[in-house]
Amino acid sequence: MYQYDQYDQKMVDARVEEFRDQVDRRIAGDLTEDQFKPLRLMNGLYLQLHAYMLRVAVPYGTLSSKQMRMLGHIARKYDRDYGHFTTRQNIQYNWIKLEDAPDILADLASVEMHAIQTSGNCIRNISSDQFAGATADEIADPRPWAEILRQWSSFHPEFSYLPRKFKFAVIASDTDRAAMRLHDIGIQLVHNDAGELGAKFFVGGGMGRTPMIAPEIRDFVPADELISYAEACLRVYNRYGRRDNKYKARIKILVHELGKEEYTRQVEEEFAHMKQLGLNPPVEELARISEFFQDPPFDTQASDDLDLSDPDFALWVDQNISAHKQPGYAIATISLKPRGGIPGDASSAQIDLMAELAEQYSFDELRVTHSQNIVLPHVRKSNLYAMWQKLDEAGLAPANLDLITDSIACPGLDYCSLANARSIPLAQKISERFADLGRQRELGELKLKISGCINACGHHHAGHIGILGVDRKGTENYQLLLGGSGAEDASLAKITGPGFTEDGVIDAIETVTDLYLEQREEGERFIDTYRRVGMARFKEAIYG
Amino acid sequence: MVEAIRLRDDEVHEEPAVSLDSFLDQSNATAVRIEAGEDARLLLPYLDRVSLIEIDFPAFGDGRGYSAAQILRESGYAGELRASGDVLLDQISHMRRCGFDAFAPNSPINPQRMEEAFKRFEHVYQATSDQRVPIWRHRHG
Repeated sequence: MYQYDQYDQKMVDARVEEFRDQVDRRIAGDLTEDQFKPLRLMNGLYLQLHAYMLRVAVPYGTLSSKQMRMLGHIARKYDRDYGHFTTRQNIQYNWIKLEDAPDILADLASVEMHAIQTSGNCIRNISSDQFAGATADEIADPRPWAEILRQWSSFHPEFSYLPRKFKFAVIASDTDRAAMRLHDIGIQLVHNDAGELGAKFFVGGGMGRTPMIAPEIRDFVPADELISYAEACLRVYNRYGRRDNKYKARIKILVHELGKEEYTRQVEEEFAHMKQLGLNPPVEELARISEFFQDPPFDTQASDDLDLSDPDFALWVDQNISAHKQPGYAIATISLKPRGGIPGDASSAQIDLMAELAEQYSFDELRVTHSQNIVLPHVRKSNLYAMWQKLDEAGLAPANLDLITDSIACPGLDYCSLANARSIPLAQKISERFADLGRQRELGELKLKISGCINACGHHHAGHIGILGVDRKGTENYQLLLGGSGAEDASLAKITGPGFTEDGVIDAIETVTDLYLEQREEGERFIDTYRRVGMARFKEAIYG
Repeated sequence: MVEAIRLRDDEVHEEPAVSLDSFLDQSNATAVRIEAGEDARLLLPYLDRVSLIEIDFPAFGDGRGYSAAQILRESGYAGELRASGDVLLDQISHMRRCGFDAFAPNSPINPQRMEEAFKRFEHVYQATSDQRVPIWRHRHG
């Protein structure tokens, strides 16, 4: 994985000192809270309902064991002994003291990590495919491209005060594990007719109040023009994105209001000008970064055999293991969705254990997924059983990847000052109601996503089943949505009808899953049956 | 009125800046002020006769002025480029990187702290109109 050189290290070190100075000035009263707010936000520090929350960037979701251990250390030393992995492949801590924040950033900088631009109206952490570099279905590793974008976007002077936040995702496979088209800019690496690698750009996707699937605006941007094309996209947005209403300020609204053709025309005009300016790193820079993402030293003789005589292990393998490009190896997903647990939470002890297992079994590498799980990307099949036993002892072996209890949930009203309803207790109750693994497996792949308000941090628009918490005359009320997907078959979920109480919405989920079991045809997932049968039939079952 | 900060050695331009509309109506104005929502590109045909362009920041979080400054510098404008309005210590380095070389803040900025802010980051990742050498060029010569 990528390692900082002296330049990268100096940048994060300087940022730590800058922020220490800003915190000192805030505490001394030299900065007003209004002036301090965008500064702390650009360092990932939010003020939540009860305390400060610090969001730490995990660029493209990739971590070393050493970095993972530091995340555990921070949880122990500065927080309440746990951290929360997020839908943007980051981690956040919910109980941070303002005066500790500079020290935490210094600790992070000591392992080549930071919290730069994890919030604020700027370019956020670049996300990617959690199976990058391990899966057979990619045409290249997308992470060197994401790292080029990370460096370019860090402290970008022109794009630090955009109309609204800005999120990139980069993938390199036709299978989309990163919800790429639900980002402000989604990039898919592709080959052109000459066999060169380049970037296909999708612009103007997003969730929030007005969900949109990003349209493709260019089928191929060469590697050595990536940055000038991205700058052109951002400049048109920075100049013309709406600033009068924060709910209409995302680039998706600009692209929608101008129309894809007109937005694209303006970008192309800007690009024609900008590509003359020498903004792009030379191809040698991409080559330099790519060197860090070479395959680890796989044992080419490793056996593909797996002893599945332990039935619990066999279930976990069947559910949580994905195919690796290297024979004899596997991609293992550690589910952070135990029965009754908080989606994405991990204790410092669990974080340490995952770090240790990565060191021992996965060439020192871990990934965070946008579904709030952890991946050990390169595990030799012959080691899987021993590793699984250790995970199981630590409560880290739920065999529920992509099943109904592998839900995404935002922090909701338990933490967030924007929320209208709680998300976590609902996710916990659903995981209890559907706890029977046999039943979950019978339902098959089912992406359940819960947001506690219309800002959609829990991705409810992209859920096969989505739940949106709203405030109805002072009581929490939950709307049910069906038919969304954040994958390569991206679609936006639709609301079924009037909302429910917390228990009512769980009953409604049972009703729709029962209908699915009754109606499904051979090989159909829930989403496939829904798409074939249509909303009306599901509505009728729910509301009678 | 807080005194303007200038990072230029040439003489202060005395002519007051006129609005963009007035500027476009006159054939001889040499100083112009553009508001956040106005299109800096309208000035491009006249850059050789302009000595001062003032770009207003109605609120520090309104970043349109950064793009306006970049566009003017990328097009070869070499005169004074002044940021006015809600110009604060914590944004002034970014403004400088986008080509601003003068500042007319609503509230005074401590000159020593400003110097510290300019020096804070020894290197930069991007090529912008301040012509600082980006890190990738240091790496690859």
